[in-house]
Amino acid sequence: MSLKETVSNPYSKWLEASGPENDVIISSRVRLARNLTGYPFPHLLGHENADKILYAVQSAIGHKTLPGTVGNLELSRMTELSPTERLILVEKHLISPDMLENPEKRGVVLRDDEVISVMVNEEDHLRIQCLLPGLQLKECWDLANAVDDGLEQILDYAFSEELGYLTSCPTNVGTGLRASIMLHLPALVMTQQISSVLTTLSKLGLTVRGLYGEGTQATGNLFQVSNQVTLGLQEEEIIDGLITVALQLVTQERAARRALHKEQRFRIEDKVWRAYGLLKYARNLTSNETMTLMSDLRLGVELGIIPDIPPGLIMELIIMSRPAFLNKLKGSDLNPQQRDTFRATLIRDRLNTLSNE
Amino acid sequence: MLCDRCQERPAEVHFTQIVNHTKKQMNLCSACASALQAESLGVASQLNLHDFLAGLINHHFMGSSIKTNATPQVHCEKCGSSETQVAKNGLFGCSDCYSRFGERVRPLLKRIHGSSTHTGKVPKRTGGTALITKEIRLLKNQLQEAIKIEEFEKAASIRDRIKELEQKLQ
Repeated sequence: MSLKETVSNPYSKWLEASGPENDVIISSRVRLARNLTGYPFPHLLGHENADKILYAVQSAIGHKTLPGTVGNLELSRMTELSPTERLILVEKHLISPDMLENPEKRGVVLRDDEVISVMVNEEDHLRIQCLLPGLQLKECWDLANAVDDGLEQILDYAFSEELGYLTSCPTNVGTGLRASIMLHLPALVMTQQISSVLTTLSKLGLTVRGLYGEGTQATGNLFQVSNQVTLGLQEEEIIDGLITVALQLVTQERAARRALHKEQRFRIEDKVWRAYGLLKYARNLTSNETMTLMSDLRLGVELGIIPDIPPGLIMELIIMSRPAFLNKLKGSDLNPQQRDTFRATLIRDRLNTLSNE
Repeated sequence: MLCDRCQERPAEVHFTQIVNHTKKQMNLCSACASALQAESLGVASQLNLHDFLAGLINHHFMGSSIKTNATPQVHCEKCGSSETQVAKNGLFGCSDCYSRFGERVRPLLKRIHGSSTHTGKVPKRTGGTALITKEIRLLKNQLQEAIKIEEFEKAASIRDRIKELEQKLQ
């Protein structure tokens, strides 16, 4: 799949509800921050140097040193993409919102199945990312590590024996590793346990954020949990620590779901069927309402209340109904009102085709 | 009338703020009013990471220079960043800044990470002696383990390997 296909297809490998613990954990991600020695960090980088780095990365990914397991990587400059297409990459979590500024200095390396992406000249020269469905943090780390090994053969990294990999922000220095999981926690929210869970997580040195990273709100009961500390621990320790926490969250969420379904069967089933009904027949859906309804629907699917919807479809519909994707599908820039109508139409069509099959 | 801030909800509250002797009046919805009130009390819910970090760096960099007011600004020779710039951005200018602002960086990192020594991955080609140092550290842990379970033969061979590596470092 080429980049052009990536931006016109809402499907991404990480959306597959196939990984372990996928009833609660939607996806796992590992990100490595790396910089090249001899250049200023991206926020002070002139055009000429930005270009040099893009060329260096281009030649490194074409080199034979990248192990076979890494697969085929392709670099695109942000300027090769339309503004809408750039936004779609953000909506698919392949690049961060920061990449939208100064596009002429930036680029993204993608593997065709979108599991591996490398942001070039974001906050650091390189941000190697690996994104997989379900709880697969170890697998993500192995893959990101392999990409890193391959690139390191060609590129000269800024590394200090004492401080590790040097990054523009001191919060990433050391391993440069940020591991995160995206979780769907509707039952912990409904039973009002979520705030105490979040407090506990912050005491464990973990950060909790909304769906689209830093500063975004948790909509649709989706939470991102990631490590805060990057220095003084080994990569495996960081990964193992997060896996332990993730498994505990899974256990707690499942227990809350079972309790809710047992104690308040009527309330939960009503909530789920209402969401399904609205999504199937509404003529106007805002982005936020969609997220809330999709969360209820997903809970219904996971509790077996609604059996005939593949869980992967729900995430796909969420991505598809984000603003930029709607513009792309429609082929024109929609105003918010037109978007809400078009979103409702799309979701309605997909869900009704499904139940007619 | 719509809220001046969000332009979405109807305005219900007349909000008056006095900043530096200038009076500012706004018509706000209740949600925006309570958000602004929280901000003015300094407890804004969405604390921006960069601002927060800039404050922290500022404290570590400037805290010491206030006492010795006469010391000239330290600049990074490579990228030209001054301490003030680093503190303002919350970002270092280049990898050399870490050594240039060395002493000041250490306590900052300790504060953020609880440690200022890297123990993780080392790049094979450009890692220098760090690979050996890392192996020695791992072997020393293994040595302790071996002694604990009284596997002295194993401990002896680990100790020899450590000695060998330490000689390489010299």
